[in-house]
Amino acid sequence: MKLGLVSTTVLIAALSGTTVSAETLRLLTWGGYAPEEVIAMFEAETGHTVEVTTSNNEEMIAKLRATNGGGFDLAQPSQDRIASAQEEFGIYKPIDMTRVDAAQFIPSMLSATAENTTFDGEVFGLPHVWGTSGLVVNTAEAGQVVDYTDLCDASVAGNVSYRLKRPTLIGFGYAMGLDPFAAYADLDAYQEILNQVEETLTACKPNVKTYWDGGDEIKNLLRSGEVVAAMAWDTGGWQLNADNADITFVAPAAGALGWIDTFVLPARGRADDAAYDWINFVMRPDIAAMITNTAGNFTAAVGGDEGVSADLKARYQASFDQAAIDNIKWYPPVPAGLEAMEGATLDRINAAN
Amino acid sequence: MRSDQSKLGFYLLLSPLLLWLVTLIILPHMGLFAVSISEKVGVREYETGFGNYAVFFNEPLYWRTFARTAIMSIMTTVLTLLLGFPIAYYIAKLMRGRAKTTLFLMCLIPFWVSELVRTFGWMILLRETGVLSNFLQFTGVIDGPVEFLYNDAAIMVGLVYTSILFMIVPLVTTLDSLDDSLIEAGYDLGGSGFSILREIVIPHAMPGIVSGCIVVFMLSLGNYLTPILLGGKDSLWFTGLIYTQFITRFNWELGSAFGFLLLALSSTIVFLGLKLSRQSLTNTMGR
Amino acid sequence: MTSTADLVCRDLTKDFTDFRAVDHVNFEVPNGSFFSILGPSGCGKTTLLRMIAGFQFPTSGDLLIKGKSMIGVGPNKRPVSMVFQHLALFPMMNIGKNVGFGLRQRGVAEAEIKTRVGRILERVGLPGIQDRSVDQLSGGQKQRVAIARCMVLEPDVLLLDEPLGALDLKLREHMKIELKTLQAEFNTTFVYITHDQSEALVMSDNIAVMNNGRFDQIGTAEELYYEPSNAFVAGFVGDANRFDGKVVGVDGQIVSIVTDGGAEMRGKTTAGVPAMGQRAQIFVRPEAIALLKDPAQTADHMNTGEWIVDSVLFNGANSLVILRHPKSGETIHATLPQTGTFLGLSKGQSVHTSWAPEQARCFATEGQ
Repeated sequence: MKLGLVSTTVLIAALSGTTVSAETLRLLTWGGYAPEEVIAMFEAETGHTVEVTTSNNEEMIAKLRATNGGGFDLAQPSQDRIASAQEEFGIYKPIDMTRVDAAQFIPSMLSATAENTTFDGEVFGLPHVWGTSGLVVNTAEAGQVVDYTDLCDASVAGNVSYRLKRPTLIGFGYAMGLDPFAAYADLDAYQEILNQVEETLTACKPNVKTYWDGGDEIKNLLRSGEVVAAMAWDTGGWQLNADNADITFVAPAAGALGWIDTFVLPARGRADDAAYDWINFVMRPDIAAMITNTAGNFTAAVGGDEGVSADLKARYQASFDQAAIDNIKWYPPVPAGLEAMEGATLDRINAAN
Repeated sequence: MRSDQSKLGFYLLLSPLLLWLVTLIILPHMGLFAVSISEKVGVREYETGFGNYAVFFNEPLYWRTFARTAIMSIMTTVLTLLLGFPIAYYIAKLMRGRAKTTLFLMCLIPFWVSELVRTFGWMILLRETGVLSNFLQFTGVIDGPVEFLYNDAAIMVGLVYTSILFMIVPLVTTLDSLDDSLIEAGYDLGGSGFSILREIVIPHAMPGIVSGCIVVFMLSLGNYLTPILLGGKDSLWFTGLIYTQFITRFNWELGSAFGFLLLALSSTIVFLGLKLSRQSLTNTMGR
Repeated sequence: MTSTADLVCRDLTKDFTDFRAVDHVNFEVPNGSFFSILGPSGCGKTTLLRMIAGFQFPTSGDLLIKGKSMIGVGPNKRPVSMVFQHLALFPMMNIGKNVGFGLRQRGVAEAEIKTRVGRILERVGLPGIQDRSVDQLSGGQKQRVAIARCMVLEPDVLLLDEPLGALDLKLREHMKIELKTLQAEFNTTFVYITHDQSEALVMSDNIAVMNNGRFDQIGTAEELYYEPSNAFVAGFVGDANRFDGKVVGVDGQIVSIVTDGGAEMRGKTTAGVPAMGQRAQIFVRPEAIALLKDPAQTADHMNTGEWIVDSVLFNGANSLVILRHPKSGETIHATLPQTGTFLGLSKGQSVHTSWAPEQARCFATEGQ
């Protein structure tokens, strides 16, 4: 019975593969979002081939900007960085919702992403993977660290690390009792918040061992015990938890910062058919669970958490109770010009002695 | 007819060089310059002007980082020369035959892996829980773990290590060409080791020293990975600023201006170095 | 005569890992003389010179300069200077700086260096070239600058390592005479090593012939030429015809041999009489062989024979004729007389030869 079902699926796939011409999908994504086995299944099912380039938000935008939206057929930047990039550089093309199996997406996330990625009345993004930034803490050494500003506490001096990037500014802003996202619309108010955060982070500088840059770097620092508390992604904390039960992700008191990585179509992408096929394929609950198991983050797929390993679910639940989930601060779209202000602040912090 | 043919041959031979110069060097730089003199006034709106250069000179962080990068690159170059010269002298003058080739190859071995791997190697050695710290604790020199990473000294170590080969190769070549009898003649005429080094060996090796220094300086100035990975929270490097402007800030205009300033800086320092050492570029690089 | 010799070597030996380069060498060089060490390449003469200069240290034996032992004294502390094979002028300095190098090392005042450099360049016949660079000089000028650079230090002994080797023939001939003149003018002891016997013969007061790390003979040019002490010296110094054969008769110092080709000849031995039946060699200088048109002219029937002209090598006063023995096929070189008697001699003609046994030298073949 089961065997019959599989062979039927393969047959249908083979048939559909013959009707739709095979394409090469050039995918610009994050590490872990396109596991080998998923690619193999996708290629077998659709006949398309997939070429993966892993990157991060800034580099994705920079790459697409350099080619005016060419060189890739599908990209996965975070949802808050899409509308402004589209406004400035015009590097994406709108999503054709008729070609997307919308029923596979959790409706609230689909609509929230659509709202945040709308520019000129058109939707440019579909939600895929979501997660948070917060604190990764070695609870045996630094259990007292429960909020971003606790990283500046004298008890953890010299054993702290965070990135010198915009999430740090925003996280510290919330921990200081401010509301940066609310101030997005009012640049003067936002500058005021930045000034206060700058003062705190400059004062905090002697506490910091180093500003980390890559995910592997911070994991190494925490694993070796050289750093006992850091601002980092939730998945990093959970991965370390598997090796050392003392280290885990802690949702900060001021709220974890929530991000959603999306699907966007580069303006000059050539393989739209393959791109839509890929989107509909990876949003299937079984595939979404496979991606969650490798990437460590949950997806916007309906039923995608069912196939996720029990360990990962347990770690997720240990870090997030319902109150912490409700307290997640989701990134709203970044208005143009904000990054220049943040950049100046970050430069001053970097240069301060 | 005949001269037409030879002319055709000349242009055919010249064309790859011209193609390379124009498409890979001149055009990108013209493009970079064009971007650097466009100022952003609004969304998808640009004006021509030197505002980006003004930003550089008005923001102390930028020009301080610029100066810091230049000074540290010069220090790296000097340190590399001081370390590389005895090694090169040993290889070129004191070793013979097989041992010479072996030693020379040993200098090359680290360069069979990528710069990233080499830098990670240094991170493993220098970090708080790393090899050096553990060894010093084991031998009782220090009581607790010490962090050797994330400071300017670590950057220097990394840069010297990364670029020392490019100092040793030209030095070995020029020292090899120094006739042993010149050194012997120096001794025979009553010279001491130091005066022979100063009056005979160094003047002879000057083209090699200068070309090695130029390459090492350029490599250090343009290095991105080593300062970022080994440097501390205060260790800014100018290439890092350029990267930030291009990638994180989406500010290609300022990034291009920085790129042009870096080009001007390296050209100026190389020019000054050549003038000070009384060498010409043809004499040093044309070998 | 001076009381002590400038340079004395006593049982000087130098061993390398797998061979002995210099083997118990003894000699003395008197003050102000021109001493040459002549030998084929690889005979150990360069090693010997480098030991005198201080670049290598002897394995055993002693080396004295002006009566002082030089064992353990570095090259920069010895009162000797060396003119290198390729001169080793410093290309990074001008001529003035080159010549003044040694004085600078001694800490002589700048003004004095200037006058002394000027004076020495004048003495070698190159006044006022201080500001020129090395590659602006001709080969002969470089030679003189190299000597000036050493002589300005007033060394007790000047060592010269085949400095004429790199020059072309004509310049070499000229420099031979010039070197001798310079030596006489400076009245400094010169120790000169060369593989070119004509350089040694022309310039030297005394010559040591070196072979396989040993001195075979020390003597004046005439002594080496006319009274060689062994077969090697006889063959190496000057041109000579050599015959190998078996001893068939001994009459006092006159030895008769039959060559391998069957010709009988005689020669005088000075180094010990070989036994009957032993193998021996006879050396005859080309100029000792008299050419005759008529066999009857030879009075004592010694070393006479009839030869066929193989070729005539005309070279003015140094013309030679190569003769082939009609039976044995052996060839000899003989000097063509300048009297004009044999003008027009050509290939295929037959001539008679004769030489006095006293002018030929016989040595027992070594290794028997």
